[in-house]
Amino acid sequence: MSTKTASARPAKRLGREERLAYGAIFPATLLLIALLFAPALAVAVVALTDWQLGATTLHFVGLENFKALFADPVFWTALKNTFLYVLIVVPGTVVLGLIVALLIEASPRLRGFYRAVHFLPVMSTMSAMAIVWGTMLHPTIGLVNRVLASIGIAGPNWLRDEQTALLTLAVIGIWQGFGFAMVLFVSGLKSIPQELYDAAAIDGADSIFERLRTVTLPMLGPVMMFVIVLTACRCFEVFDSVSVLTQGGPNYASEVLLHRLYTESFNYLRTGYGAALTVIYLTIIVCLTLGQTRIMERRVHYT
Amino acid sequence: MANIHLDTIAKGYGETAVLKGVSIDIRDGEFLTLIGPSGCGKSTLLRIIAGLETQDSGSIAVDGDIIDGKRPKERDVAMVFQSYALYPHYTIYDNIALPLRTRRLSNAQRFPLLGSLVPGRQTIEVGIRQEVGNVAEMLGISHLLDRKPGQLSGGQRQRVALGRAMVRHPKIFLMDEPLSNLDAKLRVQMRAEIVDLHRRLGVTFVYVTHDQAEAMTMSDRVAVMIGGDVLQIAPAEELYRNPDDIRVAEMIGSPKINVVARKHWRIGAPQFALPDSQIAFRPESATIAAPSGGMLEGNVAGIENLGADIFVKVELGDAGPMVVRRAPGERRLEIGESVSVITDAAHMLVFDAAGKRVRPVERIAA
Repeated sequence: MSTKTASARPAKRLGREERLAYGAIFPATLLLIALLFAPALAVAVVALTDWQLGATTLHFVGLENFKALFADPVFWTALKNTFLYVLIVVPGTVVLGLIVALLIEASPRLRGFYRAVHFLPVMSTMSAMAIVWGTMLHPTIGLVNRVLASIGIAGPNWLRDEQTALLTLAVIGIWQGFGFAMVLFVSGLKSIPQELYDAAAIDGADSIFERLRTVTLPMLGPVMMFVIVLTACRCFEVFDSVSVLTQGGPNYASEVLLHRLYTESFNYLRTGYGAALTVIYLTIIVCLTLGQTRIMERRVHYT
Repeated sequence: MANIHLDTIAKGYGETAVLKGVSIDIRDGEFLTLIGPSGCGKSTLLRIIAGLETQDSGSIAVDGDIIDGKRPKERDVAMVFQSYALYPHYTIYDNIALPLRTRRLSNAQRFPLLGSLVPGRQTIEVGIRQEVGNVAEMLGISHLLDRKPGQLSGGQRQRVALGRAMVRHPKIFLMDEPLSNLDAKLRVQMRAEIVDLHRRLGVTFVYVTHDQAEAMTMSDRVAVMIGGDVLQIAPAEELYRNPDDIRVAEMIGSPKINVVARKHWRIGAPQFALPDSQIAFRPESATIAAPSGGMLEGNVAGIENLGADIFVKVELGDAGPMVVRRAPGERRLEIGESVSVITDAAHMLVFDAAGKRVRPVERIAA
């Protein structure tokens, strides 16, 4: 059936409309190839070589880089730490962002002020803010430990202790990101019709939790999905705070994928090895985004 | 069963007074319509009865019990909203079942997923299914129970909203312009269905609309509200025949009542109409006569033939336009033709300069 219809129309020459359509998507396609697909392909090719940054020769070594990678315990530590970081920061950002958004929407005045204040960390440069955090977390003269000391608690050396380094970075990550989630949630909350809350009040769902469950959370579904995907992607690329504050230490306790990638590629100049790491990283990001979108789209309601 | 006693309810937002001391007695089982232009406070009044807003002063009693401080769910009212306000993520079944679930299931039993393990929940759910089924059948939406609101037409959503309101047998039904999002044909059909529903349920209905056709056809009594005041409460027929205020006369009836200032009447104006008063009459209580043969002189400015009725617009010069209803078969009129208009004193409604009705003295005496 289908071959018959296909051969029935003139296959050789494109119709005017089709040519127009191809012409219309050409610029976007070109940009997509030049900016995304070509570099990704180049990275994949480099991952199969022993090239070092600046070297004039290179040899194809097949999957040697990947073999070395999988044999390296530091890689596995970095991978584990990255996932741990994501698992702390994403729920933290979503929950804190949502709570702050609900509080701001519930307050009768100064909404604009509160929104701006909570959005400040998003606007700030992470590397500069990381230095501030570094000072605050200094084991002896830092604000945090001094406050703790004043109430009789001996604070740990936050960034130099294997137990706390990653957790501290995660808290800084939440601090930096929740303002963005908050702004998205606030706009999502504004679009929920008041009549739904009225209906819920009359139907008997009028406590805070009932309102959240019956109206707010389901209606925020699409925004929630967007925030989770975006925050997760941002968490996987955590780099600046690690680079400035811990360099992945102590003893790789806060080593993450992107910092590992940077160190291998630009400190040790093992570009081929770094490219192999990048391929792994890209694969994770793509899988995650596809998976997340698919799972959540099924459960999210769109009006 | 419930009668509602509204006692000088006032409500303002900042400087604006939305309700200026409204008192209405709504009888048990009555269908009362609040009608008025947008911004007259009719929806605010309904929301105050529902408990969604709090009045600044005044009080509400249902069957003699003051309900002022009570939350909406404690008032035993149901409300149908203009946008229907169905929960878009729930199925139709869950939408209708929600009011029963929030009341009959404990918090533990309503807990997501784990709730179904709590003892006693299954028995209650069986009862709920039975009742939702009955309501759905009554409204003819049994086949839609598995769908989500987004997959339904406007009329079907309207029925679901009614179902959600009916399912727990409230004492009072509140409706806030429930038909205004429907197309004209469906609106007429749903009008009849709501009236039928009222008759079958026999409970008190308070219905807000700006559509005078809905008010006229559905209600036992109509309360006309303008600018935060109730101008008149009466059966539709009474409002039409015997309005207390010129604004009531102008709101009820289509085409609008004709209002001609006393000074434009050469002859025929009632004796008791003062010089600054206005005289109003309905299009159907006037006839067209030959030029200089009637009470008002003018030219034919337009003719609207609706089949059963023909409405003739007559331009009276300084006195403005007015409309006369004619039966088909009368002599054809031409646009621009000079005519005069006759009406009789029995059908004239006289209003003073402030718009209040002036009735002849002998009628008051009698």
